[in-house]
Amino acid sequence: MTAETILFYLFGGLAVISALGMVLNTRNTVASVLSLVVTMVSLGAVYLLLEAYLVAAFQIMVYGGAIVVLFLFVVMLLNLSTDEFPPSKQRLIKSAFVIAGVAILAQILIALGHDPLFATPPEAVPEGYGGYRQVGILLYTDYVLLVEMASLLLLAAIVGALILAKRKID
Amino acid sequence: MLPMDHVIALSAILFTIGVLGVATRRNLIVILMSIELMLNAVNLAFVGFNRIWSQVDGVAAIDGQIFVLMVIAVAAAEVAVGLGILLAMFRNRDSVNVEEVNLLKW
Repeated sequence: MTAETILFYLFGGLAVISALGMVLNTRNTVASVLSLVVTMVSLGAVYLLLEAYLVAAFQIMVYGGAIVVLFLFVVMLLNLSTDEFPPSKQRLIKSAFVIAGVAILAQILIALGHDPLFATPPEAVPEGYGGYRQVGILLYTDYVLLVEMASLLLLAAIVGALILAKRKID
Repeated sequence: MLPMDHVIALSAILFTIGVLGVATRRNLIVILMSIELMLNAVNLAFVGFNRIWSQVDGVAAIDGQIFVLMVIAVAAAEVAVGLGILLAMFRNRDSVNVEEVNLLKW
């Protein structure tokens, strides 16, 4: 087992544990958000191990920085330290969801073990794989329409968020 | 070299945790965070499969990573609008429990 593989299992396990902590923690919402930070940063480390360097940097800056801080800001703003709701009325639907989710996961994991795609390890990456130069050139040549659409989407999101969060529309 | 089937398995596990979070929790903030977790799991699958098919005729192929950047942009937009909806809901209902929001239910 190489150092890369050990690091992958370390960060992968950390990501799963902190994701479970995020979903299962019903007492403290702030701790739940902080668990999400741990998940995002460990996924960033997994991206590094997969040699996607620019994506790893974006993961830590955008997810670990901006998005999670936004969540934390709202939790603090609304003072939602706990969520002690009355007991749910939809227990049956929820347990059906849980059973279906776990069954589908088990099927995927079993199917993965039999897939010939994973029988041989992938070949070494070519020069410049995952660097900013390659990604930048591709973004501004082949995928330039996608970039424009993303900018329009972000503009619409800014306007929508402003309208939604405003107290009264004059 | 990383075991690629385990990378995809990690992605599937994280996605399932996200689905269970959306299905079982009632706090809107945790539901939004679970959606983020699902988007992250998909990103991990994109990066993993991109690592498997990392080149075409000796030239680096990184289209999967472009899609990941787009998913990150969509996630940022989704969080901005989602938290705006959460603020509006908290102002009207004084709670973030999604079971209390049933105006459109019949």
